[in-house]
Amino acid sequence: METIFTYLGYFFVALGAIFLFLGALGIYRMPDLYTRVQAGTKASTLGAMSLILGVAFLEPDWWIKLLIMILFIAFSNPLSSHAIARGSYKHNLKPFSKEQVDAYEEVEESKEEQK
Amino acid sequence: MKKKTQKWGRFLYTWLILMIVWYAYTVSLAPAELITGFVVTGLIAAFNFASFTHYGFSLFHPRRIYYIFQFSIVFLVALVKSNIQVAKIVLHPKLPVNPGIVKFKSSLKSDFAKMVLANTITLTPGTLTVDLIDDEFYIHWLNMTSHDEAGIYQDIAADFEKILIKIFDK
Repeated sequence: METIFTYLGYFFVALGAIFLFLGALGIYRMPDLYTRVQAGTKASTLGAMSLILGVAFLEPDWWIKLLIMILFIAFSNPLSSHAIARGSYKHNLKPFSKEQVDAYEEVEESKEEQK
Repeated sequence: MKKKTQKWGRFLYTWLILMIVWYAYTVSLAPAELITGFVVTGLIAAFNFASFTHYGFSLFHPRRIYYIFQFSIVFLVALVKSNIQVAKIVLHPKLPVNPGIVKFKSSLKSDFAKMVLANTITLTPGTLTVDLIDDEFYIHWLNMTSHDEAGIYQDIAADFEKILIKIFDK
């Protein structure tokens, strides 16, 4: 049964695949951990979301479960990337910055002094 | 007295949300499923509503629903736009990134609103919330376009915060 929804579904699945690929490429090309977290977790939010949206078009019976999956990704993704970034900073991994802009440094230093 | 009714509201709100999730996942009308869902979600809600929500049904106020809707639209537009920006950076042969960690002060008051803002900033590509101390956000920014605090605030958070203030702080 080929309808407009089938084509929309394929379109969104393909779009999602492209964004996921760009996320992977970003992980390979970026200079340090923080920028890699950015590329790896973010390009994949839109990638995963449009992939799931495409599946919802192809299999209309599943849309409630797929919607919950999208919401779950939207809630858990920022938490995990925040945890990775903050954890690496606590382990003294300095971010790569051409212009040496690092506002978080002073917070960590003041904590060190308190110890 | 007011506090007690609010507690009940929060409990019922939690129960309702959990039940919706349960029924969305089971997608069946068999009586056993319905009764199990009713009891189990009620038990979970009874123990967890205190940490689940501070707002309860007041989130369903029509004015709030309108602004939540507006917020989702603004957020989706920002998500798509910034995804395309990051995609361009990744595909560019010279990889034109200019990363750094910047900070700005937020004028939001409630903790929940701050959490929503932090998560929104993280979800839009190019910006990543590293830490949140009181009302100062520390953001790792993939491609810095401004360096003074007002400009940073304007570029990252202003659009979202305008609406969040209307939803949570009024």
